[in-house]
Amino acid sequence: MELRKSYFADVRKDDLHEIGQPRPRSDSPGHVTGKTAYFADRNFPGMLHLKMVRSPHHHARIRSIDTSEAEKHPGVVKVLTAKDVPHNVYTILILIQVGPEDETVLADGKVRWKGEAVVAVLAETERAAQEAAAKVKVDYEVLPAVFDMEEALKPGAPLVNEYHGQNYYLYDSGECRKVRFGDVEAGFAGADHILEQSYQSSPIEHAPTETTGCVVMPEGNDRFTCYTNTQAMFFTLDNTSIILQMPGSKLHFVGGTVGGGFGGKVDVIVEPIAILGAKLTGRPVSFIYSREEEMQISSPRAAEKVVIKDGVMKDGRIVARKVTGYTDAGAYSRHSPYGAQKGAGHYPGPYTIPNVWIDTYCVYTNRTPSSAMRGFGVTIGDFALEVQMDKLARLIGMDPLEFRFINAYRDGDMKAHRQPTEGAALIECMQEASRAANWPVAEKYMAMSSYKNGA
Amino acid sequence: MAIRRGRGVAAINYPTGMNLGGDPTQALVHSTPTGNFMVTLSSVDLGQGMKQIMAQICAETIGVPTDRVVVDTADTDTGPHCMGTFASRGTHRAGNAVIQAAKEARQVMLEVAAEELEVNASDLDTDGQGNILVKGAPQKSISIFDVALSAHFKRGRSISGRGMFLIPRSYPEKETGAMKPSTCYAHACTVAEVEVDDETGEVTVLTVKNVFEIGRALNPKMVEQQLVGGSWMGISHALYETTEPYYPNRDHGGTDFNQYLMPGPGDLAETEIIVLERPSADGPYGAKGPGEMCANPQIPAVANAVFDAVGVRIDTLPITPERILRALKAQATN
Repeated sequence: MELRKSYFADVRKDDLHEIGQPRPRSDSPGHVTGKTAYFADRNFPGMLHLKMVRSPHHHARIRSIDTSEAEKHPGVVKVLTAKDVPHNVYTILILIQVGPEDETVLADGKVRWKGEAVVAVLAETERAAQEAAAKVKVDYEVLPAVFDMEEALKPGAPLVNEYHGQNYYLYDSGECRKVRFGDVEAGFAGADHILEQSYQSSPIEHAPTETTGCVVMPEGNDRFTCYTNTQAMFFTLDNTSIILQMPGSKLHFVGGTVGGGFGGKVDVIVEPIAILGAKLTGRPVSFIYSREEEMQISSPRAAEKVVIKDGVMKDGRIVARKVTGYTDAGAYSRHSPYGAQKGAGHYPGPYTIPNVWIDTYCVYTNRTPSSAMRGFGVTIGDFALEVQMDKLARLIGMDPLEFRFINAYRDGDMKAHRQPTEGAALIECMQEASRAANWPVAEKYMAMSSYKNGA
Repeated sequence: MAIRRGRGVAAINYPTGMNLGGDPTQALVHSTPTGNFMVTLSSVDLGQGMKQIMAQICAETIGVPTDRVVVDTADTDTGPHCMGTFASRGTHRAGNAVIQAAKEARQVMLEVAAEELEVNASDLDTDGQGNILVKGAPQKSISIFDVALSAHFKRGRSISGRGMFLIPRSYPEKETGAMKPSTCYAHACTVAEVEVDDETGEVTVLTVKNVFEIGRALNPKMVEQQLVGGSWMGISHALYETTEPYYPNRDHGGTDFNQYLMPGPGDLAETEIIVLERPSADGPYGAKGPGEMCANPQIPAVANAVFDAVGVRIDTLPITPERILRALKAQATN
């Protein structure tokens, strides 16, 4: 790695003692010698193991659940169903007043994705819990399912989630989050060329080294200590408090050292049910995803579809951009309404375009609920935007790098969501990339600056 | 049939934090009786190095060496509120909270030192080595060790501080979408060079040249580890990863690291990282959040390089050999 100190030297102080120093990490010796304690290193006498019975169907009504054989299985201590969860229907973002509550801790009457948790089994050993889970009998009436966002949005599509009433998230702005800036149709009318393209992605797994999980210890004073690898301690504590209808003062979360997250550990999935198990049995409980569950059950990055229509002039200026983004939330919201909204705030990318029109949709399908992942709401959008930029440059016969200089945002430029640009540095990054990659651009671009009063 | 070479570029920006939900993080700092400092957070270290960076930020602000600072993450009985470690917000939000808490603790520390040295607190400064000196008369000094002993055993003072960073929540305007989703933006430009075998559709990324502008590299070695790892992830997303090869069918999803494809050591591109620093107005010592941004530009850069090599556009991720072969076949037919 090279630090190029010549850029922005006039606005930077370089006389600090500890900041800017390549100090070795204090915790790295523990990590590389296997001595760092992670949550799963807690092992308590009498600890029970929790395993889930999961839906084998994408969409089905639950006619009946028979747990009697599982309860008789040697080693089984407790079997939990929806009726055991005090506030079973929840949504994580309710803490910031984003509703409706649309997901169940344990399925109640219906399952909406293949892998959904239906029954929790607590047993003396992992094996006993696994064997007993296989003995739970669930009678399903399979329902039509929808897996494709465009299909889900068509009239007459199977309704994925009754708590929403339609297969998209309803924002205060309507069926999508909108951004309107300038007059996009006038922009297209005056453009030399128009290019409309669609981009798509499939889900991506976070693939953390440490799988999702927690270990719960009931304390003598009616409190529960939950050792967890959540990425958000109070998010999890406060949501658990709502789900279990238990004062937050009864909950003590310990975590802080996590073997990789990438956004996959911000959903509140394992802690509430494990704490409930500990409360109802009075014993420590361990609920840890197997690698297979981590890959198959945990929320992936959403599949997205992005449609971009651009109006561009022969001289390289983009004069109008229309973006429609679709985020596949799967069966439940989790953080997806937020991700789709974040996408709306990110388009049209780091470029100054006078006329912009953006709609982003959060769509429900009978697929694994997606949620946050590194680059949430932005990564696939950047893929679409930057491939589109390449196509536009080639369409008008311009060098792709020079084309970006023409449109790059600079300090003071108004963005589509009506915030003036501050602290821009795209031009300087491109100048340095031009040098590093030996990809020359015209001298006038190398003389540009992101500063408001720059060239 | 041949192996064809191409290169592609992509340029991006990335927001730090998430004001659309309100975005608070708090920190507490206090000294031990012998003048070491504890930072208490509820922020989570995901392996990116939160603890180390918060120690350096606290040390810089108080004026002691980093190894005099211990960071506690995360225990809800002792740590104040943190929204969580996501949205590229850890260093930026927690860092600002730590600075505010450390400034308050430093002020108490200087007040106690002033009483011991019988001078005004405003006349004192730290030397960064564990001592407090009178400005202009550095022979008149006291160690932070002695100041802490005095505070705890003699003067009944708590060398401590409270810190908080909160950006008021932004509510998007319904019709126009006017909003303030973030405060500062990190930037990047990547040039990728690839080889595409037009007989098998296989893509090899030869080099990635990544330029990242991250506000401030608080610890350059740790910045490097994150940016190199992110660059790898971007290439992995571009060419390899999907939970569902037969989209939207679920049945072929991977169940372990043998079935879920990611680049192995033999697939690594030659990776060059260049860092620029334009300090952000509201960042801790100017830092922005590069944690997510660093995995994004490689994806379109590789896609554009594939087009440059073989003349077909793959607009669906990941860019698999199958998709390239189908596109080449369609191109030959047209």
